[in-house]
Amino acid sequence: MTATALKPRGAPGDVLAVIALSAVGLVWSLCAAAFADDGPFRIHAYVIMAASIASLVACVAGLADGRFVNRPDRYADDVIRAGVFASLFWGVVGMLVGVIIACQLAWPDLFYFPSAGWLNFGRLRPVHTSGVVFAFGGNVLLATSFYVVQRTCRARLFGGIAPWFVFWGYQLFIVLAASGYVMGITQGKEYAEPEWYTDIWLTIVWVIYLLVFLGTIWKRKEPHIYVANWFYLAFIVTIAVLHITNNLAVPISPFSSKSYDIFAGVQDALTQWWYGHNAVGFFLTAAFLAIMYYFIPKRAERPIYSYRLSIVHFWALIFIYIWAGPHHLHYTALPQWAQTLGMTFSVMLWMPSWGGMINGLMTLSGAWDKLRTDPVLRMLVAAVAFYGMATFEGPVMSIREVNALSHYTDWTIGHVHSGALGWVGFISFGAIYCMVPWLWKKQRMYSNALIEWHFWISTIGILLYITSMWVSGIMEGLMWREYTPQGFLAHTFVETVAAKHVEYVVRMAGGLMYLSGVLLMIYNVWRTIRGDAPEEVATSDLAYPANAVAAE
Amino acid sequence: MKFNHGFFERHSIALLIGIVIVVSIGGLVEIAPLFFIENTIEKVDGIRPYTPLELAGRDIYIREGCYLCHSQMIRPLKDEVERYGHYSLAAESMYDHPFQWGSKRLGPDLSRVGGKYSDGWHRDHLINPRSLVPESIMPPYAFMADRPLDYHNIDAKMRALKVEGVPYTDEMIADAKADLNAQADIYSDGTKLKKHYGDKAAQRDFGGAAKVTEMDALVAYLQMLGTLVDFSKYHPERPGNNR
Repeated sequence: MTATALKPRGAPGDVLAVIALSAVGLVWSLCAAAFADDGPFRIHAYVIMAASIASLVACVAGLADGRFVNRPDRYADDVIRAGVFASLFWGVVGMLVGVIIACQLAWPDLFYFPSAGWLNFGRLRPVHTSGVVFAFGGNVLLATSFYVVQRTCRARLFGGIAPWFVFWGYQLFIVLAASGYVMGITQGKEYAEPEWYTDIWLTIVWVIYLLVFLGTIWKRKEPHIYVANWFYLAFIVTIAVLHITNNLAVPISPFSSKSYDIFAGVQDALTQWWYGHNAVGFFLTAAFLAIMYYFIPKRAERPIYSYRLSIVHFWALIFIYIWAGPHHLHYTALPQWAQTLGMTFSVMLWMPSWGGMINGLMTLSGAWDKLRTDPVLRMLVAAVAFYGMATFEGPVMSIREVNALSHYTDWTIGHVHSGALGWVGFISFGAIYCMVPWLWKKQRMYSNALIEWHFWISTIGILLYITSMWVSGIMEGLMWREYTPQGFLAHTFVETVAAKHVEYVVRMAGGLMYLSGVLLMIYNVWRTIRGDAPEEVATSDLAYPANAVAAE
Repeated sequence: MKFNHGFFERHSIALLIGIVIVVSIGGLVEIAPLFFIENTIEKVDGIRPYTPLELAGRDIYIREGCYLCHSQMIRPLKDEVERYGHYSLAAESMYDHPFQWGSKRLGPDLSRVGGKYSDGWHRDHLINPRSLVPESIMPPYAFMADRPLDYHNIDAKMRALKVEGVPYTDEMIADAKADLNAQADIYSDGTKLKKHYGDKAAQRDFGGAAKVTEMDALVAYLQMLGTLVDFSKYHPERPGNNR
């Protein structure tokens, strides 16, 4: 190791640990490639082999160069910059696949290829859902959590290169999951499609993530743990519990990609929707509320509206969310007492959800004028508004009688997208627009006008998406249950499919507009990082000092 | 507020433990009883594990993501029962690892599709759905028609399911490949297949091709869906069937 002016590591335990893990991965993947029971599993063995070798090379080269140095005086921001790039990359991939499968439903003869079965809707749909939720959303959460926990604790990330391990380990998880779907490797449970070995890998990465996050909190120079970090912590811990429980499975062989879920039938159904609904509750809600709690006060330069409200709604939210899963199973073979419990808690969930919304919106007290001039703040606030809308619609749809109409229809798809595009997407874009100038030490984003365009093109896209799905969902729900005066069912199933064509075209257009907005953002980010921003500083666009925000 | 929340804000482990306790309660109260309350799953005759060919077909159903567009759960609503048949029982998916109830109907419910159409209809429909249903938006599965079914590990699959509680006997597992071939060929000797899985395990006429294809397995699976329970003998009002 070359001596540098910076203090070299005494014993780089973290690097040695990664080297050891990579070596294990290399040996395992060699065995797996040699004894693979099926072709796709062998391909995945080669992917893991390549990742292990890359990791070993990076570690050894880094050690030789003396690159792993302790800089306790500085924030670890490189991994966050990488997270921003990964978020944008996977965002485009996930949304592009979404547009493609929307096209398939609108024009099946043009977008299906009989000779390429791996491009069929059933294989691409998990690429879209996992791509936007876990790849795009997950990378946003990694990046922002690493950013926020350092600033609010005034401490460098814990664990040396462990944050990098979490970052690259998570990318490997995404690659294994997505490539598996198109090759037909799936567990057959929505949003938990990756097979057993990919699940084990994610568990390892996730535990390290928890340790990095907790370790940074332990090193904090602030006496109090800031509210955003409560939400991040609840998200990390609960996702671990959900992921492990719902993915318990018995592989048919140690070298096969196929496993069978340990639960069956009705028990499996409730376990799955306990997982599925709380993937929404903790991945897509609690964690993105953490973003809200840091970036909105920061951007608006106002303190959080109510400290007490944040306490009450935090505990209420995480307690009640867990119960809401059975509303996905109304009128099914799930016992009615469980359905009723799920519905009751789903309706109660409205209150803590709106507690968060109120806390976010009211933080703008005295700063509402900034919405006119700062499109980034407007994006963050629009996100919270969409959050409020989706968390009102959700409890309504969880009522059994409403669900009798809405279940199995496009209404659910519209509901999910008002949350996903409006809330998760906008709060993520807002956070990225905030972080990019802060991370790359620029005064402002390259173009405010482009952010305006992004905001409006995406907002109109969302509205087209959710209104078309409301129309098609309620229409097909009503058509399914419509009777002729003589007492016969009025429509065959396929008539209800044909009736939705126009709505499917409109939905595709809305999705395409939303994707275009992200492309504008990528161009804007790229020009900002290159340093093309004009010198003049608009008052609303000042770069903010990276100090901690107190809870009160 | 009497209680000082500052304690949680200063002690990360207390916060962590608090979160774990708070998020555990709901799941424990809702999910755990399903494993113990007796009438969660109705007692009905006729439910049996999948035959090897049906199991292989079911794995293809999962592989292709059919569950993303087709539900297998008929709700006890008038129009659904008239459109699809008797509402689904929990017992009918008790050996489904994982369950395939689905959450979305881009296509119709399939839980009772078995026997509604001929094998040939399914084959043509899978190859090109729009040749039979012009308004359909279903993807074509022509590639399955000639692709030989890979069933070298069918016994390993059954062993894994046996570990999880599916009542496959050692004899069923030992005869898995023979049973699979017997079910795919109507002119072969099906006595062992019937002995293992009952008379409803129908041998199918797939045209006598030399190899069992993926399409054959998928069709065999679709054709058994919802056919196991004889609903003329099912009494929903019986106490054990009240859910």
